[in-house]
Amino acid sequence: MPHDHHDHDNLSPSGHPFRPDNDEPLTYWQTMEIALREILVEKGHLAQADITAQIDAMDARNPSHGAAVVARAWVDPDFKAQLLADASTASRDMGFDIGPMHLVAVANTDTIHNLIVCTLCSCYPRNLLGLPPDWYKTRAYRSRAVSEPRAVLREFGLNLPDTTTLRVHDSTADMRYIVLPARPAGTDDLSQGELAELVTRDSMIGVGLPRQP
Amino acid sequence: MAEHVRIKAIYPPGHVRAPYYLRGKTGVIERDLGNFANPEQLAYRHKADPKPLYRVRFTMAEVWGDNAENPADTIDAEVYDHWLERV
Repeated sequence: MPHDHHDHDNLSPSGHPFRPDNDEPLTYWQTMEIALREILVEKGHLAQADITAQIDAMDARNPSHGAAVVARAWVDPDFKAQLLADASTASRDMGFDIGPMHLVAVANTDTIHNLIVCTLCSCYPRNLLGLPPDWYKTRAYRSRAVSEPRAVLREFGLNLPDTTTLRVHDSTADMRYIVLPARPAGTDDLSQGELAELVTRDSMIGVGLPRQP
Repeated sequence: MAEHVRIKAIYPPGHVRAPYYLRGKTGVIERDLGNFANPEQLAYRHKADPKPLYRVRFTMAEVWGDNAENPADTIDAEVYDHWLERV
């Protein structure tokens, strides 16, 4: 019974858990960010609306952009070859504004599975897929994806056979990575748009496979 | 013929992007990525020299020894030329 609970620190008077307001003082860097932003606006270098627009532009990026790239690679062999040779140009040619990002696509096959991690920080192909999932930035994922990646994949529900070679890609410098998953069997009749629906974010990180139709 | 390289087993202070767990490990060049500004200078707002960057492929057996889950699995990492020794 919630109302019998005696821990009043984390429960409202009506017995519901709540999170305290974030009334703690600003950190040094939060203060620095606000000061810099305000002086740029005050001196006319930026408008507050420009900053909001940039946040909106980043929030508009999402895994469906990567899924569209993957689905096209499944139906268009020339595009797939271009994607594997230069994924940045291939993505831009599809109309995605990925900024200055250097993108490398790595292809899963019958015998190879690819997995992406950034052990040093949290590098992720944000300019194509949007913001990374929170677990991607955790110390646990960043360390275990290189030390025991098969165990990590099992926790995501993916049991790789011993006959599959696992290639882990650590984004340690200027490249960002996207996995080109293998096209699921039984999808010959699907359109490119229908195929894109099968491509999950996790399948482009390598912790999952595309959906089955 | 794959080019074999070893990541230098050196431990300088400051901002470096050669992963600690790969120092002293030997791998093969997977591809040449071209020149990129040296992050060890960029991090301190110094003028950054262009440095060749490579993707280097290591086997799990090389990196983790007997603790490798599957010795033939691989880790690819991007490593700057000044961290590599030809072997």
